Amino acid sequence: MNTSAQISNAKLNRRLLKDKLFTYAIILLAFLSSVPLFLILFELIKKGYRQINISFFYKVAPDTMEAMVAVKNNEIIPGGIANGIVGTLIIVGMASLIAIPVGIICGMYLAENSKGKFAGVVRFIVDMLQGVPSIVLGVIGYIWIVKPITGGFSGLAGSVALSIMMLPSIVRSTEETLKMIPETLKEAALSLGVPYHKTMLRVVLPSGISGILTGVILGISRIAGETAPLMLTALGSAAISTDITEPSSAIPLLVWEFYNDPNLVDMIWSASLFLLILILCLNLTAKAIAKRWKVQY
Amino acid sequence: MESTVLEKKEVEAEVKAQPYKVNNMMQNPIEKIESPILNIDKLSVSYGGDKYSINEVSAGIAKNKITAIMGPSGCGKSTLLRAINRMHELYPDTHNKGSVYLGKEDIYKMNPILLRRKIGMVFQRPNPFPTMSIYDNVIAGYLLNGIKLKRSEKDAIVEKSLREVGLWSEVKDSLHNKGTFLSGGQQQRLCIARALAYTPEIILLDEPTSALDPIATAKIEDLLVKLKKDFTIVLVTHNMSQAARISDYSMFMYLGELVEYGKTKQMFTMPKDKRTEEYLTGKFG
Repeated sequence: MNTSAQISNAKLNRRLLKDKLFTYAIILLAFLSSVPLFLILFELIKKGYRQINISFFYKVAPDTMEAMVAVKNNEIIPGGIANGIVGTLIIVGMASLIAIPVGIICGMYLAENSKGKFAGVVRFIVDMLQGVPSIVLGVIGYIWIVKPITGGFSGLAGSVALSIMMLPSIVRSTEETLKMIPETLKEAALSLGVPYHKTMLRVVLPSGISGILTGVILGISRIAGETAPLMLTALGSAAISTDITEPSSAIPLLVWEFYNDPNLVDMIWSASLFLLILILCLNLTAKAIAKRWKVQY
Repeated sequence: MESTVLEKKEVEAEVKAQPYKVNNMMQNPIEKIESPILNIDKLSVSYGGDKYSINEVSAGIAKNKITAIMGPSGCGKSTLLRAINRMHELYPDTHNKGSVYLGKEDIYKMNPILLRRKIGMVFQRPNPFPTMSIYDNVIAGYLLNGIKLKRSEKDAIVEKSLREVGLWSEVKDSLHNKGTFLSGGQQQRLCIARALAYTPEIILLDEPTSALDPIATAKIEDLLVKLKKDFTIVLVTHNMSQAARISDYSMFMYLGELVEYGKTKQMFTMPKDKRTEEYLTGKFG
């Protein structure tokens, strides 16, 4: 009796120890997965902070000669990334204008007809779209817009390529959000004699606004940093370009250009830092909206 | 040996001829209502295929009375209620036979949107619009249908409707808060106010108190009794004592069939159909 109790005590202690080890291992691994972000931020801030000043936001990217002189004299490189910021805002804005209405309406359709055959096909295609490599979307933008419509590289072509890219995240987040909304809400509106389209647009959609907006913002943050599709469509521009039929710059394109120019290499860090902070802010906004605007029913 | 077989057959024949023993065989278990506001005529509803959830139901609904629909789960009472304002059509593949007349109009030939403005509905779970304030919830029927009202008209409708459901004194200082922050019973009364605000002729209630506690239930019951002077009320309920307490007429449905329909007092004291009696005495259900 006594011995068996002792044995089981020893066993128990071993188990408790195992349990503890396991817990610590999980905490360690969880910690490790959050390390890269901080290392990246640390690295970018360390190398790029000197470059970020007011002119960084309103001056266009410097040319090689200016940069070379500055580096020789051991000064910080003059100029900024204003052409990239304006280009990114316009291209991403246009892409959102195209993708948000289409994506939300498509998501509504999928949520409303969850079992339909056509809806199944659409859902499958949207999922496949998510897996299309971004460079392929660039090629598509080139073939669809650059050659036949704008007759040359253009911001519009970049927007179209990016809008296809952000579509799946909007469609799926809208669908998932609307599926969570109780059917009784729709019934309540319909039983008041409200037509179906008004029920969807004025009762169901606003109730899911936080989830939908979160999906939209995550979609934006995903395309804001895309480079590959823009290389084949927007190309890049040394000046600030507000004409969407003309080649346009974008922040990720600038990073790529800086990388290719030995004299401008130092600009990589500040441009990357700005891009990263922009995207982090978008993600934080998405989180805040999901929390703050959550509709209780 | 032979005689027992014969006896068995005889008994079976008798049972077939008289499947349900009727207490008072001279009376029709379905009472005829004089000048009903709503006339259900041989209505059958199917959710797809040949199986009908309700079968050839015929009944008149008396004006300014409370009519309770009772029956065990799956008997078709909610289907019957939803068929009255065509909410059952939200499910795909529904089809129905027979007709329902509101006054002289066949509701299945009306536009469902206009019909639902005449026949309001309150659901099992309180479902105020979560994005709207209490105030907007009450006038939601007007807001969502794009009917323009003056500020004073809106105020008057909101106050009148909330007074009618006894919610005015409880919420008059927080009219612009979200309706979802109210308690369950208050939310349900808000939903009734929302249905009333649109001044329908008939209000359908689908087990309106089954998600509420006894105090909130009592409040809603009192409210319904008060409301019947202005509206005709049809109520689905699981709760027999609720039907006995507040309804003027009762329907008993079983397996999609309207078994008995008549004055509540009479049905509860002297049911005409054996099945009604068994249900009311708790033998099944």
